[in-house]
Formats: sequence, structure tokens, C-alpha cells
Amino acid sequence: MNKVRNNRAWWLVLPMLALVAFSAIVPLMTVVNYSVQDVFDANTRFFTGTEWFVKMLNDPALQAALARQFAFSLTILAIEVPLGVGIALLMPKRGIRASLVLILVTLPLLIPWNVVGSIWQIFTRGDIGLMGWSLRELGYPYNLTSSPVDAWVTIVIMDVWHWTPLVALLCYSGLQAIPEAYYQAARIDRASRWAVFRYIQLPKLTNVLVIGVLLRFMHSFMIYAEPFVLTGGGPGSSTTFLSQSLAIMATAQFDVGPSAAFSLIYFLIILLVCWVFYTAIMQMQKDRQSGGPHE
Amino acid sequence: MAEITLSGLAHSYQASPAGAADYAIRQLDHVWEQGGAYALLGPSGCGKSTLLNIISGLLAPSEGEVRFDGVAVNDLPPEARNIAQVFQFPVVYDTMTVFDNLAFPLRNVKTPEAKVRERVAEVAEILELTDRLERKARNLSADDKQKVSMGRGLVRDNVSAILFDEPLTVIDPQLKWKLRRKLKEIHRRFAVTMIYVTHDQLEASTFADKIAVMYDGQIVQFGTPRELFERPNHTFVGYFIGSPGMNFIEVHARDGEVVSGAFPLVLDAATARGVAQVCQDSSNVKLGIRPEFVEVCTEAGADSMTAQVLQVQDLGTYAIVHLGLGEISLKARIDEGKPMPGHEAHVRFPAQHLGLYVDEFRREDRR
Repeated sequence: MNKVRNNRAWWLVLPMLALVAFSAIVPLMTVVNYSVQDVFDANTRFFTGTEWFVKMLNDPALQAALARQFAFSLTILAIEVPLGVGIALLMPKRGIRASLVLILVTLPLLIPWNVVGSIWQIFTRGDIGLMGWSLRELGYPYNLTSSPVDAWVTIVIMDVWHWTPLVALLCYSGLQAIPEAYYQAARIDRASRWAVFRYIQLPKLTNVLVIGVLLRFMHSFMIYAEPFVLTGGGPGSSTTFLSQSLAIMATAQFDVGPSAAFSLIYFLIILLVCWVFYTAIMQMQKDRQSGGPHE
Repeated sequence: MAEITLSGLAHSYQASPAGAADYAIRQLDHVWEQGGAYALLGPSGCGKSTLLNIISGLLAPSEGEVRFDGVAVNDLPPEARNIAQVFQFPVVYDTMTVFDNLAFPLRNVKTPEAKVRERVAEVAEILELTDRLERKARNLSADDKQKVSMGRGLVRDNVSAILFDEPLTVIDPQLKWKLRRKLKEIHRRFAVTMIYVTHDQLEASTFADKIAVMYDGQIVQFGTPRELFERPNHTFVGYFIGSPGMNFIEVHARDGEVVSGAFPLVLDAATARGVAQVCQDSSNVKLGIRPEFVEVCTEAGADSMTAQVLQVQDLGTYAIVHLGLGEISLKARIDEGKPMPGHEAHVRFPAQHLGLYVDEFRREDRR
């Protein structure tokens, strides 16, 4: 084939390039710009190089927030994924009941983040909140503002309540896509309920679960509004997650340089984890595909 | 191993069926004897698969009873009926190897592992899957997947029956032929009842000793391939079996003659009497004759009728001649080497090959 010498077609890429620049590159570069300077006021700034990055990485408060963040994300994943699969399995497959249950299950997804925080803030109040009041009546000294355990458990439950429906919804659609013949064959083969789940449903759910885990990880890693409204990061800093530490630094203390450096580190962590996860899954799929001449 | 009896069976997919049209299966009585190789033949949508699913228990019939060796099994789920079924499209358990797939039905009932290995090896040998046993099932070709599907049906050695629902649809023609022979071989070896659903008459007659032809939710004839060909019990069987299908001529009795429309037919005395008799009770009377049995001569005889030759299809070893007999259109088969008529042909209907059909069903006692 002859190579085409006319390269004018490249101009067609320009609108897309402009769009990406505007949406991603320019804002990101602003952050990069701040991250390597110490800014005093509009006219006074010094180049600091990697100083902010080193400082941020060595900051014990941020390290603690990062550890908390991972602990939180892993906890909710460990709860939401199995729970979501379980709910999807229990949901009716068709008919008016399916539609009703679908609406009921997905309802929490429609509530904005900070509203969720407010709902739970009221719900857990010891004087008028149903949960807080009930727990106290039952004899448990429930107190969000003084007990880190209470605060943690409450935030985890809140996140599970808010986001398990997403996992359930994804799994539900995955389950609906399994042809009836598989279930029929399994009945003929006298498979137990567990075998049906293990060998038919779970394999067919792998793809949606990958998406579910990725989405939930990214979402939860960036969690901000809900704990901010519910506990404000306390008691102490026991529920202060990464984004909240960042927000305090950037807006309350106005440390633009360190915040920018921190933002980049934060961004890179998410990118890295997603990349590792995605690559691992793709590798797994490739392994399963290999060994056969077909497909 | 069981004799399967269907008694007064009817099934509708609607909750409250209003009329006969709402039924996928209508008032069906049938016995599949233990150890037979049967085909269930019929066009798409005639209720074949429905019937199969009722036998296996995947579907509960609206009315009637399914009995295995005289015991009603209506309330038993498929897993309790001990029945194997192979579906039209391959169902394999993707994440398992071929070996595990084949072992699955045995392991589900806690068969000792030594026995599992023995059975799987045997079935894999028959289906020529031995060299692929360690492969993941998802990587197999469509052919091999269907072989695995079939293998899961064959691996159980004490099943009541094995049901095949058009299992060779996705298989390429050459392998199809081979697998069908294998199935026959398996049938001979294990003497297990097999019911094979298909819409292909060739497939049915090569596999089965006896064929049940299904039409519009009913079994209209049950017999050997030869019986279906020579004495179709229903006009549909005539149409459906044979290529081309049977000729059917609508007839009436008029003034001592048998006519079709206005055309007087030349028939033997016994048939003419038979037609005259049944025409008193029914207005739907047909005469049926296979294209193979229509005698075509180039010269007129005493009992021949003159027909126009409309079209000749030469198919190599034989030709199909389309004839116009008055208003009637007729097909005749002329073997290679026989004289080919020109524009006009003289046809004769031999009495022994002529069938009398009243309300679509064959009337045997006409003489």
C-alpha cells in the first residue's frame, strides 16, 4: 500500500485535542504548576522543586489518612460486593415485582452525597434519630462524636446503604443476561444451588463485577461529603479521609503548594491502583483464553 | 431405564387457555417403551420441545400425567426424575475443563471419583474428546462444545431416558453424520431409551427405529420410517415425509363418479366405492398418492388420465415432473432411464398406493 503523503487530516484531531486540553490537561497543569512553587501572595512566589512532594509523603497525618482511606475502601468493597451479588440473586427476575424491587433497591443511588450525610446525621442523633435513640434505649452508649468505633461503623454502614445498590444493579443486569438453557442444563445435571452459583452465575458475573469493583474503589477512595457532614472527620481525626485532609489544607489553611503536590500524589495513587487492578484482570482473562485455537 | 407413558397430556403457556389454539400440546396419549430409539419429528413450533421439557420435568403440564414405569412423576423435579437432556445449543460450564464438565453430573450426586474417571474416559473416548479433556471448556469450538453437552447426557449410566432436543443443529454436516452413528452405537450398547427431537426427516429416520410425527400439538403418527412413507396416517405426514411430499387431491362423489372440481378421476372400483361412501358423512375427502407411485406413461391406456406437463425438474438420478390434471396439480417422480413425457402425459393411480383421507386422517377400511 502506498503511504499517503497528505497529512491534512490531522487537523481533524484538533477539536478533540482542544476539548481534552480544556477538560483535563490545563487544570492538571495548573496543579502541577502550584505543586513546585511556594506561593506567598499574587506577586511573591519561589520555585521549590520536589520539596512539597517530599514533605507531603513524609507527613504522618497524611500517611495516617492514607492508611485509613485504604482500610475504608477495602472494608466497604469486602462488604458491598458479596452483599450486592446476594441481593441481585434474591431479586425477582421478571414481572411487576421485578420492577418494584428494582426501584426500591436503587432508590439510595438517587440521593446526593451530602444529603445522604444529612440523613444519617439526623438518623443517628441520640435525641431524635431513630437509630441513635434506639441504640441508646437498648442500652448501648452509642456516640458518634466520642467513639471512633461508632463513627467508623456508622460511616461504613452508610456507604454500604448508599452504594451496595450499584453493585446489585450491575449484577442484576449480568444475571439477566444468562440464557435460561444454562439453568435448565444445571437442573438436568442435578446441580446444587451452590454449584449453579459457583459454575454458572459467578463466571458470567465476572465482567460486571470488575466494573463494579473499579467504580466502587474509585468512588470510595474519593469519599468526602458523607463523612464530612456526618462526623466532620472526627472524633479526633479517626474518620478524616484523604480528600478531607486535602480540602482542609487547600481551603482552610490555603497551603496551595502542598495541596497541589498532595493532589497529584492522590491522583497518581488512584490511577496506579486502577491500572494494577485492570491489568491483573485482563491478564487473568488472557490466561483463561489461552490454550485453545478457537475464539 | 424406564417406560415413559404420557396420558391425557395437554399444555398451554397461557394461564387460562380459551380454545384449542391456545394449547401447545393437545390431549396426547403415548407410550415410549423402555430401550427404544425414538425420533420426535415435526415442523418448528409444533410442540416438540415443549413435549420434551414436560418429559424431563423442566415444564409442568397443564393437564394429564407423565408416568415412568407406571409411577406418576408430575410432581418430581428434573433432578429427581433421573433423566438426561441435551439442548439445541451447547451449554458448557465455561470455567471448568472438559473433564470437569463431563464429570459434573456424576459429582453432583457424589459418585466415587474412581467411577467418575472411568465413565468420563469412556464417554470421552466415544465422542473423541480424550485429547481435550484438560482444556477449559470455553476455548472449545462450537462442535466440541456440543459434544461436551452431549457427553454430560451420556455419562450417567442409569438414566431413565436421554432426551435430545435437536442436538446437532450447530454441528457441521460431516460431523453430524458421524455423531448420529455414534448415538446409535451408544443406544445399542447401553439399551437406554432415547428420544430425539428433530425437524429433519433424514435425521429422524437414520437415528430412530420408530418416529413420532408431531403436528399442531398432537402426535399424528407413530411408526417406522417405512410405515410413515408408505401409509401416512395424516395428510401432514404425507406432506412432511418424503421429498417432494405426497400428492393430495380433493375429491367428491357425483353421479356415481369421483370428481375433483369438475375433473372426473379414473379410479379402481373399490376406491371409487370407498370415496362415494365416505362422502356421505364428510365434505373433506382427499386421495393421496406419493409422487414415486404415480405411474406416468407416454401412451394412453384404458384406465389412464391425460395430464399436461407443466415443468420438469431434473435432479440427476431422477426427475420430478409437475403435471396439471384438470385443475389438480400433481407431482410425479420419474427415475433415470424411464421415458420422459413430452407436452402430454398419461397418468394412472395404482390402487395399492392410493390412500383415502377423511378430515385429514387416513381411512384404512375402504375395501
